[in-house]
Order: sequence, then structure tokens, then C-alpha cells
Amino acid sequence: MMWVSDRAVERLRVAAGAPDLSGTRYRLVEYVARGGMRAVYRAEDTALGRRVALKVLDLPDPTGELARRMLREARILARMEHPSIVPIHDVGTLADGRVFYTMKFVQGGRLDQYLERAGSLPDRLRVFQRICEAVAFAHAQGVLHRDLKPENIMVGPFGEVLVMDWGVAKILRESPLGERPGPPGIDAGAVQTGGTGREAPAPVTGRETAHGSVLGTPGYMAPEQARGEIDRLDAQTDVYSLGAILRFLLTGHSPLEATTAGAGASPSQGGPASGRVRPRALEAICAKAMADDIASRYTTATELAVEVAPYLDGLPVEAFPESWLVRAGG
Amino acid sequence: MSDDTGIGGPSAKFPLTRWSAIVAARSPDAAERRRGFETLVAAYWKPVYKYIRARWGKSNEDAKDLTQEFFARLIEKDFLATYDPAKSRLRTFLRVCVDGLVANQDKAAQRLKRGGDVLLTSLDFETAEGELGRTEPPAPGGVEEFFEKEWVRSVFALALEGLRAECEQRGKVIHFRLFERFDIEDAGERRLSYEALAREFNLAVTDVTNHLAYARREFRRITLEKLREMTASDDEFRREACGLLGVEPE
Repeated sequence: MMWVSDRAVERLRVAAGAPDLSGTRYRLVEYVARGGMRAVYRAEDTALGRRVALKVLDLPDPTGELARRMLREARILARMEHPSIVPIHDVGTLADGRVFYTMKFVQGGRLDQYLERAGSLPDRLRVFQRICEAVAFAHAQGVLHRDLKPENIMVGPFGEVLVMDWGVAKILRESPLGERPGPPGIDAGAVQTGGTGREAPAPVTGRETAHGSVLGTPGYMAPEQARGEIDRLDAQTDVYSLGAILRFLLTGHSPLEATTAGAGASPSQGGPASGRVRPRALEAICAKAMADDIASRYTTATELAVEVAPYLDGLPVEAFPESWLVRAGG
Repeated sequence: MSDDTGIGGPSAKFPLTRWSAIVAARSPDAAERRRGFETLVAAYWKPVYKYIRARWGKSNEDAKDLTQEFFARLIEKDFLATYDPAKSRLRTFLRVCVDGLVANQDKAAQRLKRGGDVLLTSLDFETAEGELGRTEPPAPGGVEEFFEKEWVRSVFALALEGLRAECEQRGKVIHFRLFERFDIEDAGERRLSYEALAREFNLAVTDVTNHLAYARREFRRITLEKLREMTASDDEFRREACGLLGVEPE
């Protein structure tokens, strides 16, 4: 039997994981990253002569469940055309049977990387507002993200913001497109091979997560989400995560890290001050967005973005009324 | 190719099937049970032998005897009847069984070469010993990792034999040779280019990439089918695939 050296083992792992793009219009350029059930590659769309990110199911899928989830994610992305939501180009099944989709290849870095080189507080707040606008748009389309965190947000070289990774999104209601009847019983296997995007749209169903199951990231997910109360999740669940992201932009730490450092404080209260200055008005906005009581939070992502605007203009915010003398004193 | 063992043998010996070898090994049907054991022996005998040498410091002769004894017991004593996939991975279960056997070596020695000989006589320990000399010894406290690494090596080697057999059968020997040259043979840090391969095999570059795509696709399929045979549930299969393919589980 053939001797397989350590180096060959690693090469074979790569070879076994590489997507088989034969019969498609894509050419593999390089492996980019891997996370959860998917791997991301940089590929070239040879028909259009442009770079794309190609996401492919990375794990064996004996039940077809992972393929259905990935197809669902692709269809969620397809219904959200917004400058701050990464656009999907194509979806299909490769010759090796794995579901894939291609999307815009995003330049830039994740929000946590952006923060390391971020300049002024106003710059960070403007980025935050763009994140809120994208999330508000998704909510208007009936989609909850459910996993908003710095790692899922990209900031481009010109300050453009892209909200990524809608893999655990929840559909609150169908879009007009989604209401169009699809062929009965369509599933991931019905997607055309070859990445032509010719598959018939199937309605995207929203009740994919069982009550009691927890999807999300500690520190960024709302208490009701952490408790697995699926039926209580709505736009204000994402508002909580946006509050946590704002706190991250102010402190450089996730709320959970801050809580660990400041024993006894809850994520919504924040931890001890880091090296960064945290204006009390913005702290008050974070606290309101991250209120344990859902009814006490901002009702929409737009409302949260609007609340930040006066601060940028040097005006008091509703969450923290203060005189100009207090503001002048910090 | 050197046929270092007739046990398990090249994958073409058995039809690729989704039936678990663990289930088969517990079957009341003798032929099915034998198929199950042969599949497990083919994947695990080298890791077990190398583990006994590395973990327990046994001589190659003792390690040979213990390896044979281990698999003979696995077959005769129905060790697998006590295996519960919900509690541990098969690999962990087998490793713990090996440890138990070696720890009781004195008792085991009295039973050496009993039964199972027909099934186990053609294990090529010389090759395994040679391979052992080409691998790094386990780090202190790293025997579990060592066993896992040898298991991955063994599964990949079996899948490669399966791919080779399939390519020969389908008249695609050139596909396998390209795969071997590009993805297996050690050419140092710098990899061969597709252009260099095209020149070497007198092919167009597009043929090289297409043939490699075929070989990689089939290698993945055969590897996962081998793995499917060695796991007892969908969940275990998925978890083991993560380890084999180096994927972080969800």
C-alpha cells in the first residue's frame, strides 16, 4: 500500500476539500477561509472576468440538511439587495454533489480588524450607522440576522460596510418574491448543476429552528435568544446585538469580555473602562439597546441609528439628556 | 504497488457501501460479520501496530503478536458488542482496548496466535515498521494524537488504493498518475505547476486540470465512503469527517 507522508496527508486534505468546479464557469484561485460547515475560496468567474467568493459546503451531508440550510442562506441573501449586504451572484450544485454559491469578493477587513486601525470616534459611529441601516433594511424584508457580531461585518478600504454571514437568519415573513409558488417539494438537489442559477425559486420557510435551541454568539446575542425563546425573537433581538457592537466600537472588547474583566457587571451594563474614552451619552445608548427587558430597547435598528446622529452633531441624545455644560465637561 | 496485506485489501475487494462496518461486524450473518471486521482491520491494523510500538515501546516482534492478538480478540470475543457510539468514537474505544490488552500482556501472551490466524496472517508488518521509521515519534503526552494521525494516514492510504483501482478499471491511469504527482509525491516546498505537469505528460493544461478535478472528486468520494463504513451513525460520520478533512466542527 502507498506510503502517505505527513506532507501528503495535508495535501490530500486540501485536495479532498477543494470544490470540483468542472462544468462550471468558475476557476479556483485560492482557499480563503473555513468556518462551520462551509469553506470559502477565491474564484474567477471566467464568463464575466471578475473575482468572486465561492462558498461551498465542506462537510459530508448524508441527510441533505446542510445543503438545505445553505440553499436557504443563499435565497435569503438573494432577496436583500442593499449596498451594505453582500450580493449573491449564483447558486448551484457542483459535480461532486456539494451545494455552493458565489458572491461578491469583499475587500477590506472585519470590523474587529478595522477597529485596530480605526481613527476617530465619529468615523466609528458612521460605520455603526451603516450597519444599522443594513440591518433595518433586512428587517423591512422580514429577515432577522441573529448573529450580528464584529466578525460578521466587513469594512472596505473606502469605509463601505458589508453585513455578512446570514447562515442562521430567521425569516419573519415572506417577501413578495418568496410568496411566488415554487415547484412542490423542491430541495437543494433541485438546483441546477453547473452554477447557471437556473433553479426555480422555492419559498423560504422561516421556522427552521426548534424552540429551545440556541444559535448566536455569547456576548452579542440577546437574553431571549440565549434562552432559546425562538418565538420571542424579533427586530429588537438584533437591536440588542447592534448595541453590543456599538459597545465593541467604543471599548474594543466584546460585552462578554468586558463583563469578565469587571466581575459582577452584566453585558448590558458594560465592564470597566478600557483605554478608550466612552462618552456617557453613547454608553446610555448601548445600555438602552441592550436592555434585558425587550420593551425597553429601541424598537427598530433605524431608531438606534437615528439616536446616534445627534451625538455626531454635538447635540444631546434622548437616552442621556444632558446640558451643554455637562457635554463640555465630558 | 506492494500488497502489504490481503486483509481488507484494496477497496475494490468490497463493494463500496453505506452500510456501517460496525453494524456489519455485529451481524448474526457470518459473511456480513467477516466483511465488517475486514473493513475495520484494514483501516486500523497499522495504527494499532504503530501505537503499540510507540506508546508501549514494545519490540517489533511483540508488537506484531499483540496486534494479531488484538484483532483476533476483536473478532472472537465480540469486543464490539460493548461499543456504544453515543459514548465515544470507535477510534478511542479501540485505543483503550489496545491499552487494556497490552497492560495485561502476560495473560495475552498465553493466547497468542490463537484463532483469527487465517484472517490475519498476511499483515505486512515489515512495511508498517518501515513507515514507523519515517514518522516523528509521538511527543510526550501526545500518544492519542499519534494514533489519530496514523488512522488518518491509514484511511487516506486505503482511499488512494481504491482510487488507483478505480482509475485502472476505467482506463484513467493517467488521471491517477497526475493526482499522484501533484497531490501526493513530495516535491519539497515548491509544488509542481499545471504547466510543468502538462509538459511531463504531453497533455494540454486544461486536460491536466480536468483530470485532476476528476481524481480529487473521486478521492473525496472514496474517502468519505470508507469513513462511512467505519462509523455507526450520521452524527459520528460527520464528526469523523471533520477530523479527517481538518474541518472545524460547527
